[in-house]
Amino acid sequence: MLVYILKRLFGMIPLIIGITLISFSVIHMTPGDPTQLLTSMNPNASPDAAQKLVKMYNLDEPIHVQYWLWLKKISVLDFGQSFALDGMSVTEKIANRLPYTIYLNVMSIILIFIIALPLGIMNAYYKDTFFDKISTVMVFMGFAVPTFWLALLCMYFFGIQLGWLPISGLMSYNFSELSLWGKFVDLAKHSVLPVGVSVFGSLAGLSRYARNSMLDVLNNDYVTAARARGLSEGKVLFRHALKNALLPIITIIGLSIPGLIGGSVIFESIFSIPGMGQLFYQSVMMRDYPVVMGILVIGALLTLAGNLIADILYAVVDPRIRYGKK
Amino acid sequence: MHCSKYLKLAVLLFSFLLFACSQQNETTVENKKETPPAEEAKSEKSFGGMLFEGSIGDASNLIPILASDSVSHSVASFIYNGLLKYNKNLKLVGDLAKDWKISDNKKTITFYLKKNVKWHDGEPFTAEDVKFTYQTIIDEDTPTAYDADFQIIDNVTIPDNYTVRVNYKTPFAPALNSWTMTILPKHLLEGKKITQSPLQRNPVGTGPFKFVKWEPGKSITLKANKDYFKERPYLAKYVLKIIPDTAAMYLALLNQDIDLMSMSPLQYTKQTDTSQFEDHFNKYSYLSNSYTYIGYNLQKEMFEDKKVRQALSYATPKKGIIDSVLFGQGKIATGPYKPGTYWYNPDVPRYNYNLEKAKQLLAEAGWKDTDGDKILEKNGKEFSFTLMTNQGNSNRSKIAEIVQQSWEKLGIRVEIRVIEWATLINEYIDKRNFDALVMGWSIPLEPDLYNVWHSSKCKNENLNFICYQNEQLDKLIEKARLTFDMEKRKQLYFKAQEILAEDQPYTFLYVSKALVGLHKRFRGVEPAPAGITYNLEEWYVPEGLRKYELKQ
Repeated sequence: MLVYILKRLFGMIPLIIGITLISFSVIHMTPGDPTQLLTSMNPNASPDAAQKLVKMYNLDEPIHVQYWLWLKKISVLDFGQSFALDGMSVTEKIANRLPYTIYLNVMSIILIFIIALPLGIMNAYYKDTFFDKISTVMVFMGFAVPTFWLALLCMYFFGIQLGWLPISGLMSYNFSELSLWGKFVDLAKHSVLPVGVSVFGSLAGLSRYARNSMLDVLNNDYVTAARARGLSEGKVLFRHALKNALLPIITIIGLSIPGLIGGSVIFESIFSIPGMGQLFYQSVMMRDYPVVMGILVIGALLTLAGNLIADILYAVVDPRIRYGKK
Repeated sequence: MHCSKYLKLAVLLFSFLLFACSQQNETTVENKKETPPAEEAKSEKSFGGMLFEGSIGDASNLIPILASDSVSHSVASFIYNGLLKYNKNLKLVGDLAKDWKISDNKKTITFYLKKNVKWHDGEPFTAEDVKFTYQTIIDEDTPTAYDADFQIIDNVTIPDNYTVRVNYKTPFAPALNSWTMTILPKHLLEGKKITQSPLQRNPVGTGPFKFVKWEPGKSITLKANKDYFKERPYLAKYVLKIIPDTAAMYLALLNQDIDLMSMSPLQYTKQTDTSQFEDHFNKYSYLSNSYTYIGYNLQKEMFEDKKVRQALSYATPKKGIIDSVLFGQGKIATGPYKPGTYWYNPDVPRYNYNLEKAKQLLAEAGWKDTDGDKILEKNGKEFSFTLMTNQGNSNRSKIAEIVQQSWEKLGIRVEIRVIEWATLINEYIDKRNFDALVMGWSIPLEPDLYNVWHSSKCKNENLNFICYQNEQLDKLIEKARLTFDMEKRKQLYFKAQEILAEDQPYTFLYVSKALVGLHKRFRGVEPAPAGITYNLEEWYVPEGLRKYELKQ
């Protein structure tokens, strides 16, 4: 197993270099650069203002030299300085935004699993009943309704009409002065709408996946055999079927890890949450290459790590899968 | 039971790990209170109260010479001062300078500085700061876009601590405007690299508000400068809250999470007639400092004849565009200045919607439908072109569609292309590879037309990208740059506007209105040509109306 993990880790190195090379080339090939966005169409800008900036950012070097300079820095985990002229390092920028996105995504993922898994299993068990149909309609409604519309609707109804919930940000302005309990309540209140909308929109995927997976398992011979042996439905369902039905779901857990830092532009914009989605969008629009690359590298690393974790978990859960043994 | 206990505990711990530790412990705000109706409060001026303003974007850098976005400049304007500033009627008046004198040969401006000014850290402001700011702007290592007006200075001398003498190589009338630039503290920046200065995120100025904190993507907080050299601001705090979505921002306004926001024409005209809004908010509207236009690439044969451009202007339903795109919230533009201001010439020819006149002008220019396909031709070429605009501005796309339909009635085939901003600039405008554009310019308070309209700015990547060349206009622009006398300068620009109106290198469309919603509890608001926040330090909230009580 250890050999397998090491092999996979070493295998990631060329993969990461490949990903960064492609990303670096693509973003540098996009028309416009940060200096133009600062100086173009600005009557006050002197002609050499853009040149000064180009030199400062090393943009006058050929692209392969720029990539090499970037690679050298990244090898010692230095993501460099943002081009946004705000005096912040890429690491600092990402560190500022990451907690918001991680917090929201972890809360959402936990709730999605808590709700969608049992729902999917129940749907499979009560296949084609009224319950199955109505819950299917509900989760697909969440999937189909545009997030921004649902979010605005909920903000208007719960925030403005009923006055129950705050509608923007994750904390009140006076958060730092609240008592410990006050802080918890404040954070919880602010989280209800963003987390709720996010969960509602994502139930369909996992619950359908769990339903189909469970249905497959329930049709297996060993389940029929267990029933024939006279085991109770509870035991058949939870002791025998569930374990196997959950196996493919591990892949989803693995794949949801990179999503933890991705954030969503629309979602974060509507709820005024300064997360990674907003940062990535702004950085792309400003051609802030170091920040874009920083986020892409972290995203790529997490995607690869997610896959690795999923593979390892497979082995842990299913004794038939043992890596490194022939 | 146990499980839920642990779950709660875990969630609590998780939440605090992420947030609570990173919060600065600043004791200012007490509980949020319900705002009582406006009538109940005494309306005496008193210190206290705070203002939350909503903003779509975050600032980028609070050293203004390094920033190019409007949010940074807007926040910085509360923190810093320039030597001069524009007053509520957009006239230049002294700010850090109590007076100034222009030498007889117009090459030297002498500024006499105010003596009672202190930086926010208590250090006195002197002429050294002004000289240092000048040197910083022209420094090779300062990545600023605003050095053009300072590069033409010969030298800056400081005869004494409170006098600054600026010597120009040649007389330059727009120079006065350049001294509205914020002055930076020498004692905090000298000998340090400006791009690594902590002042970028923790500015120290001389202005009415002091910097408190900046939470990226979330908010920027300022507090009143009690030692401000003019009147101490009445508001104790100003908070800029970042809400990147306009619809969400409007809900935040209704929810009274913010007190002040710029509204879209749709929000202003159609969504504010509810009791929820009317009970708590006032609306303000005033002409913004920008205009929208259609620019023609004059290097293309089809636009060379001014009769064609005049015809296109006659066939552009400007009033209809303002009514349908801006819901009536704008004024027809006739040139590059804002209607009603000092430099605006109200008597230039107007091109009111007149299809017959347009058809006649096109016929005079030689455009006729010779093959009966309803498209005009000249020298065997059809009159068809591409109208481009940038993505992300729905108003401009709508304008393109409206004029496309209108110009089709003349027999002109127009294709619309909406292109991402950087691509449009890089691939089309800079390379002069376009036919016509729907674009906008901001209207600077300094009326100089040189960068956009002078013939010399047609080359390379300069801003006269339509390549309009008119010798008479060039001479007027050059002369106006040497003329310090306001009245004489005004006459020169009046003439310039007549030339532009006659030649129609642009079809000037409209100057839109800035539309603002503000909570009723704020008093001392005096709308003026400069907008409403120019006198923020004079705004106050009567005691009984405060939403937040501050521990001072």
